[in-house]
Amino acid sequence: MKSSHPRARKRRIKEGLIETGLLAAACSSVAITFAILYILVKESLNFFAEVPLFDFLTDTQWTPLFDDAHFGIITLISGTVTTTLVALSVAVPLGLTIAIYISEFASPRLRETIKPILEILGAVPTVVFGYFALIVVTPLLQKIYPDLPGFNMLSAGLVMGIMIVPYISSVSEDAMRAVPMHLREGAFAMGATRLRTALTVVVPAAFSGLAAALTLGCSRAVGETMVVAVAAGMQPNLTMNPLQPAATISSFIVQVSLGDLPHDSIGYKTIFAAGLTLLLITLVFNVIGFWLRQKFREEY
Amino acid sequence: MKLPETQNIIRRQRLYEQLFIILGIVALLVALMTLLALFTRLAIDGMPRLTPDFFTNFPSRFAERAGILSAWVGSFLVMFVTACAAIPLGVSAGIYLEEYAPKNRWTAIIEINVMNLAGIPSIVYGLLALGLFVQILGFGQSILSAGLTLALLILPIIIVSTREALRGIPGGIREAAYALGATRWQVVSDHLLPYSSGGVLTGVIIGLSRAIGETAPIITIGALTFIAFLPSSPFIAEFPFISFKWVLDPFTVMPIQMFNWTSRPEEAFQFNAAAAGVVLLAMTLLMNGIAIWLRYRIRKSIKW
Repeated sequence: MKSSHPRARKRRIKEGLIETGLLAAACSSVAITFAILYILVKESLNFFAEVPLFDFLTDTQWTPLFDDAHFGIITLISGTVTTTLVALSVAVPLGLTIAIYISEFASPRLRETIKPILEILGAVPTVVFGYFALIVVTPLLQKIYPDLPGFNMLSAGLVMGIMIVPYISSVSEDAMRAVPMHLREGAFAMGATRLRTALTVVVPAAFSGLAAALTLGCSRAVGETMVVAVAAGMQPNLTMNPLQPAATISSFIVQVSLGDLPHDSIGYKTIFAAGLTLLLITLVFNVIGFWLRQKFREEY
Repeated sequence: MKLPETQNIIRRQRLYEQLFIILGIVALLVALMTLLALFTRLAIDGMPRLTPDFFTNFPSRFAERAGILSAWVGSFLVMFVTACAAIPLGVSAGIYLEEYAPKNRWTAIIEINVMNLAGIPSIVYGLLALGLFVQILGFGQSILSAGLTLALLILPIIIVSTREALRGIPGGIREAAYALGATRWQVVSDHLLPYSSGGVLTGVIIGLSRAIGETAPIITIGALTFIAFLPSSPFIAEFPFISFKWVLDPFTVMPIQMFNWTSRPEEAFQFNAAAAGVVLLAMTLLMNGIAIWLRYRIRKSIKW
């Protein structure tokens, strides 16, 4: 019905304007993605105009701010991978156990009490966790390994692991709670205990959600900055030994940003190349997570 | 199978189950004890420094005289800019995706994109801000740059929580309003937004509590760590009595002040760091507490 009444027309125009405005807001998120890619790629191209990509990938030293500059990103990746592995070795078993316990065993009352507390654990600012790693966890570890340096990847990784637990446990728990009750009832009717039901029925049925939780945990650990910047030291160190200090990609970016950098300096361009590497690594995790979700999706 | 064998199997399965329950409780305790240890240690180290002077002093070379005045004022102003940018943008995007968007490929792309944005490390947002806000747009290392950076960072949180809040409203409400001749925007602004305001507010508070503790992206845009002055006042004597000069002033924020003190070798500064940590933690916990309470109240009070 096309009304030519002036009030109706005014109203149609107003509705159209509002819808356009809302659409623009929704598109802003796409614009952010493009802006991130544009800025990182543009500055990285400047970087690779001066440093050959081959050296970037194969050099074993990372000394971009020295006179004898080397740009071997592998040095920073080794720090990132090591801290991430330490963190995941804590966060995955803890997070999954907590998720199974809360979803399949805990009473509703216990669940309602525990979830907000875990949420608080996830809300603590990361710089506070960094302080905790440096001031509390490292001295504790030094009682076990007296040779442990004051800055080390082990303590940073462990604290990071605890920090990620709420992310893994809450996403996994949601996935397991979404598994329909009749699947469990079937297992119970066959005489399975709650544990067997959880491990052989609920976990496989929720697998795509669990995969999402794990990849989320991975990308959190890879991108985490402040804990490693505070507690792992910031010297680049090509090692996979968690007992040593090392820099990660993100802590290097922080370290460079703490100084005053002229816009055209190589140091300024370097952090964008490092940032692009970090983004690509998290992208790989997200793609793997997406693929796992698609492949193991169960519809009920 | 004989009866004793079966009984053995049952007994063994029951034992495993008991062992797992213990394991679950231990895992929970590890997480909770860490949290408790963190709070306790921070409180023990920081409490003695939490005098009124600590809140009204500027940072200083002398640990005993240093305070967090510029840091908490900075945090407050940055949060203000973040809220002003992120709330309208995020809520509008959420409304569009939930109420207006047609089910087509473009909508799917936007949705996947919002999910991916939430997974991008915060330091990458810092690099975006350094390249875009500081260099290209020329905002400099200012409150405006920092506020906008954090706004982008929490945008996905606000979008997702707005959508969830809208999704919780039954379709009957929309249909009733349309039946009375309301336009789409009238349905949204007169009915959906008021009914979902609690859920939206919860998301906004969670987002801001995440933003207030973010350190890395703000360091990346090059925020100075030693700021012994306040941004210019938003209130002035002449007409129109409100000035926005402060948005372009340099600043520091609570987490950066804490990081700065943590990285000093002298022990006295560690206590300052702990005290700043207590204040920062209190701010985030307060915000999260309000959000959890709001959510609980909404769940209790609204029955469709």
